Amino acid sequence: MKRRDLLLATLALLFIWQIAAMLVNQPILPTPIQVGAAFIEEMNEGLAGHFLASLWRVIASTLLSILLAAPAGLALGQSKRANDFFAPLIYILYPIPKVVFVPIVLLFLGIGDFPKIVIIFLILFFQILVLVRDQAAGLRPELIRSVRSLGAGRMALFRFVYLPASIPGILTALRQSVGTAVAVLYIAELFATQKGLGYYIYLNGNTLFNYPAMYAGVVAMSLLGLGLYFAVDWLERKLCPWLFVS
Amino acid sequence: MIEVQHLTFGYGHGAPVFQDFSWSAARGEAWAVLGPSGCGKSTLLNILAGLVKPGSGAVRVDGQNLNRPRPQTGLIIQDYGLLPWATVRENARLGLRVRNYYGPDGVHAPKDYTRTMDVEPWLKRLGLLPQAAQFPGQLSGGQRQRTAIARTLALRPDLLLMDEPFSSLDAPTREGLQRLVLELWHETGLTLVTVTHAIEEAAVLGQHILLLNLPPNTHPQIIENPDILQPGYRESDEYVALCRSLRAKLEIA
Repeated sequence: MKRRDLLLATLALLFIWQIAAMLVNQPILPTPIQVGAAFIEEMNEGLAGHFLASLWRVIASTLLSILLAAPAGLALGQSKRANDFFAPLIYILYPIPKVVFVPIVLLFLGIGDFPKIVIIFLILFFQILVLVRDQAAGLRPELIRSVRSLGAGRMALFRFVYLPASIPGILTALRQSVGTAVAVLYIAELFATQKGLGYYIYLNGNTLFNYPAMYAGVVAMSLLGLGLYFAVDWLERKLCPWLFVS
Repeated sequence: MIEVQHLTFGYGHGAPVFQDFSWSAARGEAWAVLGPSGCGKSTLLNILAGLVKPGSGAVRVDGQNLNRPRPQTGLIIQDYGLLPWATVRENARLGLRVRNYYGPDGVHAPKDYTRTMDVEPWLKRLGLLPQAAQFPGQLSGGQRQRTAIARTLALRPDLLLMDEPFSSLDAPTREGLQRLVLELWHETGLTLVTVTHAIEEAAVLGQHILLLNLPPNTHPQIIENPDILQPGYRESDEYVALCRSLRAKLEIA
């Protein structure tokens, strides 16, 4: 995607927003300029802290899910027997919308960062597990045979074949689920916390009726999602240059 | 170099592919193993590579019984076996990286192995320097197979096994690579075993041709072909006559 096109699309969205705000002409839809001003002001007033709290929860849960799901996916992808055993379990759990676990996780884990991290972890874990497993299982036996013929045992196969082969799967999983993760984070932050963008948006919109500040929170949450998406894009270009050559 | 003694091997409950089969090859020889699909030629190669365990009987390479891949044996396969995420240079280094990873343990790398990552002479010899920074997806089939050859030869094998190495390549590329392999065989003095279903390839790459028939194979049929290094051999009457005779033998089988 060209930067110029992204910039034009952003300008077009802001333009539509401006027109809509002018047509609605009510406090519940401030103009982009009002929201921009509120965003800068609120960033100094504590929005930055809420942003960092949400960012930390996403990053921590992402790292945790990669750390646990990637090795599990690799193990299942390498061993047909293990996969045959676990596949029905994953098949049942994978499609369940993890957002319904929010109240349960909160009931069990209470307040603080940890339950929020666990909820996002649940979403990312299955996505990464399944994609990495399929990627590892899809490696051609001929490739494995030829690398074995170079002297590679189990450890070297893991290090030089399965591990690098799992990276695109991890990144695809993150790309697919980062949006859902941020959405569920919003829901999770509505409960049992006074830190995070979800709390901030709800507080300003439904308690303080400070709509420009509420919109500033929405912008911050969008920037969080977008930033994570761009980060995955950037990582993919850095770590998988072979996917981008013609 | 290779000794197969009283080998019996089969898959599952079917008829054995080899039954009390014995065959041997001396160091520095170039062998072609020719036969129709399902005759067991790839099985034989996998056994020699240490990737498949022989059922009963003994298979020795350089005096050692085979239990696992031997570090001094190189294997070239039809679909190259390159890592798609690694450049030509990184792919050529893969065998060395595996050896460096384990160190000279005598199992994954020879005991006298000294750590190195230098593959430049092989990239140069195989004409791959201009492509060294490219990924396999950017290469032609011939360049991919040359990368696989560079990767294998960088390990300085004394036995090179090739399984239908050039079957998926077009005729001019195939002939170029066959010439290259013969030159490398001549230069390095390694023992070469090429498995092929193509009569012409067997006649070009096999100083000795081992003909396999539909299973079970009980004794080796060997055809001598001493002139493969003679200039213009591919156009000679001997070559044409050999191909005709091999074709006849395959048709009878």
